[in-house]
Amino acid sequence: MTRAEAIRKIAKPLVFVACLGPFAWITWAAVSSGFGPTGPLGANPIEYINRYLGDWTIRFLLGALAITPVRHLTGWSGIMLFRRMIGLFAFFCGCLHLSSYIGLDQFFDWREIWRDITKRNYITVGMATFALLIPLAATSTKAMVKRLGGRRWTRLHKLVYPAGILACLHFYMMRKGIQLEPIIYAAICAVLLGYRVAKGWRKKAQ
Amino acid sequence: MLIKAKKTSDIASSEITPKSVYHSRRQFLSAAAIAGAGAAFGTIAPALAAPARGLKLADVKETKWTQEPLGEKLTKYGPVTKYNNFYEFGTGKTDPAENSTKFKPRPWSLAVEGAVEKPGVYDLEDFLKPHQLEERIYRFRCVEAWSMVIPWVGIPLADIIKGLNPTGNAKYVAFETLHDPRRMPGQRRRVLQWPYREGLRMDEAMNPLTLMVVGLYGEVLPNQNGAPIRLMVPWKYGFKSIKSIVKMTFQSEQPPTSWNMSAAREYGFISNVNPAVNHPRWSQAKERRIGDFLKRPTKMFNGYEEEVAHMYAGMDMRKNY
Repeated sequence: MTRAEAIRKIAKPLVFVACLGPFAWITWAAVSSGFGPTGPLGANPIEYINRYLGDWTIRFLLGALAITPVRHLTGWSGIMLFRRMIGLFAFFCGCLHLSSYIGLDQFFDWREIWRDITKRNYITVGMATFALLIPLAATSTKAMVKRLGGRRWTRLHKLVYPAGILACLHFYMMRKGIQLEPIIYAAICAVLLGYRVAKGWRKKAQ
Repeated sequence: MLIKAKKTSDIASSEITPKSVYHSRRQFLSAAAIAGAGAAFGTIAPALAAPARGLKLADVKETKWTQEPLGEKLTKYGPVTKYNNFYEFGTGKTDPAENSTKFKPRPWSLAVEGAVEKPGVYDLEDFLKPHQLEERIYRFRCVEAWSMVIPWVGIPLADIIKGLNPTGNAKYVAFETLHDPRRMPGQRRRVLQWPYREGLRMDEAMNPLTLMVVGLYGEVLPNQNGAPIRLMVPWKYGFKSIKSIVKMTFQSEQPPTSWNMSAAREYGFISNVNPAVNHPRWSQAKERRIGDFLKRPTKMFNGYEEEVAHMYAGMDMRKNY
């Protein structure tokens, strides 16, 4: 078995199962608490679920953004085999986050949801983030890469950069006062994108 | 009404067992005796220092507010004490319960300053002694669009203010929370400009609904709910009901308030519960009662229109949010 095969056949399924962990936990917790106020999700389970899914969306998104810098810095190109999977987990989690907002938090009150999207800036930003992720998920298959051609595909997938920025902004705007957590995520995002900018400059200079 | 300013020669009332604690201590001792748990004596001292669940307040009068509001169930003790916004102990909802276990709300002194005839630094027990405790069940509406129904124990603020004899210059009352990052670890970070500040107009402070709270569910107020003494203004968003109060100042100008200083566009001085005026970042039309799955419509003045609407007659609630 070559190294690439080992990654494909062993490491990838393991990482896949690990990535399912957060979803397994929240599903178990939601079912066992029955959305009551005294279970493992605390007094306000719907708020908890929604925020938990939002947190994990940003984590997967930043995880996907970290793959390329890690490859450059460590020289380990095998890590690229995980990029699509992590990115799709970010999209999947974002779908669940959006669904929990629509189905649990607003309970399909479409008028209220529309008002939120148009009037509440942090929700507008959240929706924009999600919209940016849709074409990326849709063009994630090998067939789509071929159809678009490598160059166009790469250009399209640069949308993940504004998506990362908007996701962090969405989180920061949602919290009250100046809170540490959104600032930490924003700082990580800044480092990951800043790395790319710095690399681009260096290339130009050469 | 006798209210004594503290002199240095006075016996610190922390040396005198307050009546409420004395009663609960007797309960505790008898319970321990019945259980025959001699070993439990070791736990008495810390239990008195940081009152745990079960320390009943004595002599709590029932009033017309003691009945549950029609068709609404009390929020359980668990969520009331484990789902809190009290940034002095952290910004997460369970942080206050987790990070306030070592907080000692006694001894406590409360400074009264400004336009009153009886200013001074009062020991909390002296401050409360002349007054009758009452149980009152109020709806509690957080600006974040969740709500609870809580049986508070407290004293009408009007009774307290009357005893302090405010002068004609007293148009507002300003309140301040304790500022001590060693005791309140959340204050080590500048989430807000500490100390936490709040204020009321004099007529709001004198409204019969306004309560100074020292307990809930008939028991001593838990640390995470603002021990040892907090405000409760049930027709305003929760952040107006300032916790762990150390200072009250009577003054002629409107005092600065913490959330208004942090984001003036989002949090005004008045901050009445109002389903028609939305927070810039979310709707205030509905709220989730803790324990419910579906949201319910929010009521004007949190359902206390009859008691408070007259104070805001003619006021533009969109400007004075």
